[in-house]
Amino acid sequence: MTAAVFFGCTFIAFGPAISLFLFTIARDPLRVIFLIAGAFFWLVSLLLASLVWFISVQISNKDSATQQKGLLIFGVVLSVLLQETFRFAYYKLLKKANEGLLTLSQEETMPISIRQLAYVSGLGFGFMSGAFSVVNILADSVGPGTVGIHGDSQHYFLSSAFMTLAIILLHMFWGIVFFDACEKQRWWAVAAVVISHLTVSCLTFQNPEYVGSLVPTYVILFLMGVWAFYSAGGSLRNLKLCITCKDRDFLLANHRPR
Amino acid sequence: MDLLSNKWIVNLLVCCLFIGVGCNSVEKKIYVHLNYTVPCVRLLNATHQIGCQSHLSGNVGVLHVLESEENVDWVLRSGPNPPYLVILESPLFTRSIMMKLKNGSSRVAGVAVVAPSANPLEGVSPHTTCPNENTGVYTENYDPSLAHCNVTVWNPLGSGLSYEQFDFPIFSLKDDNDTQVIRQCYMDHNRAVNGSTPQYPLCAMQLYSHMSAVTDTATCMRRNDINFSISPEMVCDPLGDYNVWASTRPINNTAKGHKMWESVVIAAARLDSRSFFFEVAPGAESGVSGFVTLLAAAHALRNATQEAPPNRTILYTFFQGETFDYIGSSRMVYDMQNNNFAVDLDNVHSVLEIGQVGLRADSRLWLHSDPVSRKNDSVNAEVRKLIESLQTAAKGLNVSVNEPGFSQPLPPSSFQRFLRARPIPGVVIEDHQSAFTNRFYESMYDNAEYLNISYPPNLTPEEQLVFVTDTAKVATVVARALYIQAGGAESQLEGINADPQIVTRMLYGFLIRSNNSWFQQRIPPDFMSHLSKPTNFYVGVAQQRSELTHLVQYLLANLTGSTNNVASSLQMYSYVWVQGAAPPNSTKREGFCVRSTVRLSKALSPAFDLRDYTSKNYSTWTESRWKSIKGRIFLVASHDLEVVDRVRAARFAKEILITIISVNPDLFKVLFGFSPFLYCVIFLFVHIIGLQSEKAQSPPQRDLPSPTENTVHKLLQTALL
Repeated sequence: MTAAVFFGCTFIAFGPAISLFLFTIARDPLRVIFLIAGAFFWLVSLLLASLVWFISVQISNKDSATQQKGLLIFGVVLSVLLQETFRFAYYKLLKKANEGLLTLSQEETMPISIRQLAYVSGLGFGFMSGAFSVVNILADSVGPGTVGIHGDSQHYFLSSAFMTLAIILLHMFWGIVFFDACEKQRWWAVAAVVISHLTVSCLTFQNPEYVGSLVPTYVILFLMGVWAFYSAGGSLRNLKLCITCKDRDFLLANHRPR
Repeated sequence: MDLLSNKWIVNLLVCCLFIGVGCNSVEKKIYVHLNYTVPCVRLLNATHQIGCQSHLSGNVGVLHVLESEENVDWVLRSGPNPPYLVILESPLFTRSIMMKLKNGSSRVAGVAVVAPSANPLEGVSPHTTCPNENTGVYTENYDPSLAHCNVTVWNPLGSGLSYEQFDFPIFSLKDDNDTQVIRQCYMDHNRAVNGSTPQYPLCAMQLYSHMSAVTDTATCMRRNDINFSISPEMVCDPLGDYNVWASTRPINNTAKGHKMWESVVIAAARLDSRSFFFEVAPGAESGVSGFVTLLAAAHALRNATQEAPPNRTILYTFFQGETFDYIGSSRMVYDMQNNNFAVDLDNVHSVLEIGQVGLRADSRLWLHSDPVSRKNDSVNAEVRKLIESLQTAAKGLNVSVNEPGFSQPLPPSSFQRFLRARPIPGVVIEDHQSAFTNRFYESMYDNAEYLNISYPPNLTPEEQLVFVTDTAKVATVVARALYIQAGGAESQLEGINADPQIVTRMLYGFLIRSNNSWFQQRIPPDFMSHLSKPTNFYVGVAQQRSELTHLVQYLLANLTGSTNNVASSLQMYSYVWVQGAAPPNSTKREGFCVRSTVRLSKALSPAFDLRDYTSKNYSTWTESRWKSIKGRIFLVASHDLEVVDRVRAARFAKEILITIISVNPDLFKVLFGFSPFLYCVIFLFVHIIGLQSEKAQSPPQRDLPSPTENTVHKLLQTALL
C-alpha cells in the first residue's frame, strides 16, 4: 500500500531499537562490535534451525496438513531452543573474551562490564531477529495492494510490525536477565527466560487472532522489562532520580563540554 | 576442519536450494495474478500512434463493472474513488463508451473487456470504414471522385476503434474462472448498495503494458539508431513477414528481372488479418476464406498443368501484411519494378484476386474491376475476357458469378497496388456486391462460428477433421477460370475439380485446431512444436517468422509439388523434407522429400529499405516494444489516510517538540530519538480512527504511483538476497 504503510511499519518495528542504538551504543565502538557479534550468533542459530526444518520438510509428506502443522510447531520450538543455546554460548564466549581483553589492555578495570554486554548482546539478537521477522513483509507493503483478497485480516502489516517491536525489546530484556542469571548461577531464571521465549513464539500460532497473540506478548514484555530493570540494578529510587535529572553520577558520567 | 568445511558446504547448498524452492507467501496473500492477459499494443505509422499505453509501473485502478452506458457517469464524474479500472462486457465495448472513457482519462486507469464465448448478434467491426484508403490506387491523382470511399463505403459497420489512441491500457479477458474471481471481488467490496459510497478496502486491479515507442515511426526509428551503449535499446520494429509464391511452371529464381517470353497470370490472396487486441486475429472470412480457396485451386490445377500445360504460367501469390497498408503486395510490386523478383511487371498478363468469399448468400460471387483502367479499350477487352472465363468456369457448378452492375471502384485488395504501378487487367472475386457482407471485418468475432463451420458435438478432433462441409465450389470455379485465362483448352475443364476433403481439412486446421494429423504429415519435423500454438493471423514484426506463413508454404508445396528424392536444380525448384505419416504398425514417421516451385519473398515495406519513414506511398507501420505485459488484482486500503496522517502527524510532532525544548533541553535529545516512535504511534491512532469512520467527503485526487516505490522495492529485494 505504498510508502506510508512501509515507513509507518518500519518505524513501528525498529524505531525504539534504533533510537536505543543511537543513544546508548553508537558512540562506543566496543559496544557496536559486540552488538554485531551478537547479531551474528543469532543468525547462525537460525541457520542451523532452518537446516533441520528444511530437511525434515523435504522428508515429510507434503500433502498432509496436520503433519505440516506439526512440523511447523516442531520447527518453532527447535528454533527457540537453538537461539537460547546460542545465547548461552555467546555468554561463555564473552566471559572468555573479557578475561583476554583485560590482560591485553593497559587499564586496571574492564573496558566493558558484563551488564553492558548483556544489554548489547540482547539488542543484537533483537535486531537480527526483527530483521528476519519483518523485512520481507515490509518489502511487500511497498506495492499498491494490501492483504485481504483471500479473506485474511487487513491488519497483517501493522500487527507484524508490533510483534516485531515486542520481540526486539524482549530479546534485549531476555539478554539482560539471562546473563545476570548465568553470573549468579540462578538456573531457574534461565529456565524462566527459555519458557517465556517459547510462550511468546507459540502465541503467534494464534494468528490471525491478533488480539490473542499481541496482548499476552505485550504483557510478557512489560513483566520482563520490570524484571530486567531490577536485575540490572535499578530501583524506584534510581528511577526517580533519573527522571527528575538529579542523578549526579549519571550526569557526571555523561557530561559533555558544550 | 574437515567436519566444519563439510557443514559449510551443506549449509551453502541448502541456502541455494531454499532460494530456489521458496516463494513469497506474503505476496500470495496480497495479489492474485491474472493468467490470460491479452493487451492492446501500440502501433505507429508515419503520422500517428494508435493503441494503448500504461505507466511504467502499471496502472492501478479501483474495479468497476460497467452496467450500462449511463453508468459511465459514475466512472467519469460521480464515483468517489478515482481512478477506476472499468470492466466491460463485450456488448458495451462500443465506440461511444470508449470515446467517453478516453476523454475522461484522468479518472480512468484502464479497461478490461470480457470476451464472450459466442458471437454477438449485431455486427461489430473495430476497423475503419474505408480500409487502407491512402495506400490503395484511388488517390486524388488517379480519380478524385473515387478516392476516400466516395462511391461505396466498404465497411459501414466500422467504428475505427482499432485506430484510436488511448492513454490507458485495455486488456481482453476470457470469460473463465479468473474473470469470475474478479467479478466476485467487485461484488464483495466495491458494490455501492442503495446509493451509499463503497467502503475501503476496495478491490483494485493493476495492468502493466508499458510501450516504449511514441509519436510516430520516424521518431521511434531514429531512437532505435541511438548507439550509446554496446547493447542498444530498440523501441519499435517494422511490421512485416514473407510472401509465399509458387508457379505452375518452374521459374528461375536466381535470375531476377524480366524473363523473355514469360507471360504470367497472377492469382493472389491475402493471408493476414487483425483485431483490436494483440495477436487475436481469427480472420475467418476476411483472410482464411480467400487463401484456403486459392490453395485448393492450386491443388486442383496440379494435374491439369502437368499433363496439358497452358501457354501462360500461373503465379500463385499469398501476400502478408495487407491489413496494414498492403505491406506484402507493395513490396512485391517494388521488387518487380527494381528487378529484384523472378519476373517483372512486363511479364504480368493479368491478375485474379480472391477476396472474402466465405459468406456466399445464395451462392453468388461478385467480380469487381477497376473502372478507371477499363476506360482503356485494350485493358477493357482483357477484363471482359477474364470475366467470361470465370463465367464459363462457373457453368454447371450452381454458383453464379456477376459483375456488380454499376461503376464502382475496387474494394480494398492487393490488386490495387499493381494498378498503382501500371494499368493491368484484373478482377477481384468477392461475396459482396458493394459494401462488405462481413459484419465482423477485422474483429475478434470473425471466427469459425461466423462461417457456420460447426460440427456435431460428439466428434473427436480426428472425426471433425474429415467431416465434410460444403466449401469447395468456389475453388473449382477459380481453378477452372485460371486455367482458361492461362490459355488452357476448355476440354480439360471437366477434370479440374477442387477436393472438398482438402478444403474441409484446411478450414478445420486454420480455424479450429492446427495441431491435427493432416497438417502434421505435411510439415518438416522441427516445425511440429509451432503447431501447438493457436493460429494467429496477425502479421507481426518482421524479425519474427509467423507460423502461418510457413504453414501455407509447406501446404502449398505438398499440394502443388511432387515427391522427389534428389535435390537437383535449386534455381528452378525448392525442396522440403516433410515428416509424413507413420505406417499402421509402427510409430516412426516415414518422411519424404517434396519438390515444388514454392518460394518465400520478403514482405517488408519499401519505406524501411528507402529509410523514408514519413512516406505517403508505402506502409510505414511499426509495432512498439514492451518489457512486461501482466495484470493482477488486490485490495487497496484507504489512501485518504496518507495525506491526512502526514499532516496531522507533522502538526502534532511540532507542538510536542516546542513544548519539550522549552522545558528541558536534555530531555529533548532523548525524545528526539523517539520521534520515529512517535510517528508510528500517531500513525496507529489515525489508522484505527480511520478504519472506523465513514468516508463522507470525496478524497483528493490521487497521484498515480511513482517509480520511487518500485525502486525501493527493488532495493529491498536485492538487500534481502
